[in-house]
Amino acid sequence: MKIHEYQARNLFAEYGIPVADGEVAQTPQEALSIAHKTGFPVVIKAQVLVGGRGKAGGVKVVANEAELISEFNRIKALNIKGYTVDRLLVARAIDIKKEYYLAVAIDNIKGDVVVIASAEGGVDIEEVAQTHPEKIIKFYMQGTKILDEERWAPIAAGLFSDVRLQKSATSILQKLLKLFFEKDCSLAEINPFVIDDKGNLMAADAKVIIDDNALERHPELVALRDMKYEDADELEAKEKGLSFVKLEGNVGCIVNGAGLAMGTMDEVNLLGGKAANFLDVGGSSNPQKVLNALKIILRNKDIKVVLINIFGGITRCDDIANGILTALKQIEIPVPLVIRLTGTNEKEAKALLTAAGLTTFKSMRQAVTEAVKASK
Amino acid sequence: MSILIDQNTKVIIQGITGRDGSFHAKQMLEYGTKVVGGVTPGKGGQEVNGIPVFNTVKEAKEKTGCNAVVIYVPAKFAKDAMLEDIANGIPLIICITEGIPVLDMVEVKKALRNTQIRLIGPNCPGLISPGKSKIGIMPGHIHKAGDIGVISRSGTLTYEVVFNLTENGMGQSTCVGLGGDPIIGTRFVDVLKMFQEDPGTKAIVMVGEIGGGDEQLAAEYIKRYVTKPVVAFIAGRTAPVGKRMGHAGAIISSGDSTAAAKMQMLRDAGVIVVDFPDEIPQALIAHLK
Repeated sequence: MKIHEYQARNLFAEYGIPVADGEVAQTPQEALSIAHKTGFPVVIKAQVLVGGRGKAGGVKVVANEAELISEFNRIKALNIKGYTVDRLLVARAIDIKKEYYLAVAIDNIKGDVVVIASAEGGVDIEEVAQTHPEKIIKFYMQGTKILDEERWAPIAAGLFSDVRLQKSATSILQKLLKLFFEKDCSLAEINPFVIDDKGNLMAADAKVIIDDNALERHPELVALRDMKYEDADELEAKEKGLSFVKLEGNVGCIVNGAGLAMGTMDEVNLLGGKAANFLDVGGSSNPQKVLNALKIILRNKDIKVVLINIFGGITRCDDIANGILTALKQIEIPVPLVIRLTGTNEKEAKALLTAAGLTTFKSMRQAVTEAVKASK
Repeated sequence: MSILIDQNTKVIIQGITGRDGSFHAKQMLEYGTKVVGGVTPGKGGQEVNGIPVFNTVKEAKEKTGCNAVVIYVPAKFAKDAMLEDIANGIPLIICITEGIPVLDMVEVKKALRNTQIRLIGPNCPGLISPGKSKIGIMPGHIHKAGDIGVISRSGTLTYEVVFNLTENGMGQSTCVGLGGDPIIGTRFVDVLKMFQEDPGTKAIVMVGEIGGGDEQLAAEYIKRYVTKPVVAFIAGRTAPVGKRMGHAGAIISSGDSTAAAKMQMLRDAGVIVVDFPDEIPQALIAHLK
């Protein structure tokens, strides 16, 4: 789960990582009162959960009240990669002397937590990693959560020659790690990590991503989710145990298993159709899930056909067939259904569907071809 | 021949008294898998489908002499289940459970370091050596004993691929489901090595997907070490960027985690990459000639 910069900054502050004074504002009046507390100049930053806000004009340093109000209104009217701006962070502008990079992340292949630091801050770190790998310092935690300051000495020494800065960096990294572990982050990033005009280290930006699988043990973090970035249908699907992603096309897809659902989406698109969604009904074969899936898919008025592709393993084909029959009784299905069922209890399923006048396909290719034809 | 499991594999089931655990215990027994015991704390002494249940893995190991374990416990208990298996030195752990927090897996990976223990999964369908042993949730009847090794990050898509192989008379030596999570115990490279060394495997089928860098590592490995024919299919070619497609690990986050990048790297390594799962048998026939 991605959270906003201002929310991540609050977590930083909670753990004692230095950030510039500031708060989030929704109106110019709120922004003004924050600026009065922090003093000018202030930086105002659009709070959006997509990258590239700087290039889109969503970040600005302002020197006085008039400029604050006009820039606040300008940024609030922006549309950044399809998202409107409804909140801005207003913070004391740091007089930055030099920019660094500091992050804690997960290395999936090594299955380990890694500290990443660089003297090249404020830039795309993946780019630095590709073009100048020697400028990146990496330290693997080797599965430990031990926060032993002495272990960070090489990282701090790699970034700073000044002993006072080394000590300060060590302490900040310590806090960042504590935050990372305690809040089940998959990323905690300070970019840029800066030295200000007084020679102090500060976090000039804050990025935190929380592991979705761990949200159950952090009810306090669930509340940080910005619903604006969640599709209502996708959320509803999730509540009902379905994995759903809305796409642009007109072929509705109901599939069991994420891999086969992806494969089905690809096959529809490669055979000249356009998938309207990715939908995985999951492993268990509750007939209710098929009904729920159909309801969600049919809300999309572009749908011309619904393709049901089931490979029965744990999922029993006859349960799916019963779900389809229940749906036909309970809701109006204004488009053709193209059904492919193979695997566990396939014969029983076919008997049920044939009795109801529905035809089924044995192969995925035939079914997808038929669905694409029906979508034209 | 086969890899990892065969008719001599004796498996215990963690979470055997649960809904999934008891259902699959029965399915595995019916397939002919040697299921020798189950573990559910507090339920020792009971029986499930005639299989004795123990309170701890230690006890189960002592009484049954098991050499593999499969885990069906809920996500919040999965870490402790794996750590218990590792502490007791069970050489092969298969974790079916989905939704395990990433930092829990970091702890498990640490416990695995400097051991000879192999973990398959989590969030995987398990593995099967057709006709010998099936440990996991895949439908046994679609498989057929033979000499094609199958490695996949997915469940049902693997069934689709295996089904096509079997329909075309191509049996499988072993089919391994690696799992759809970002941190998993066994990766493409590990299984490629085993299949390359297995005299009973003539050719290899790889089913990959978007996200992560495993297929790229596999391509590098194949280029250097794999002399057997490899055919691959990559799912998610038409997936939108930045959206998680069901699997926690299936998300395009950078340029080289796209399907197109993976397909290209595999092709460069001499792998035949097909556009549709049902093209795999023909590609194998062409490759084996």
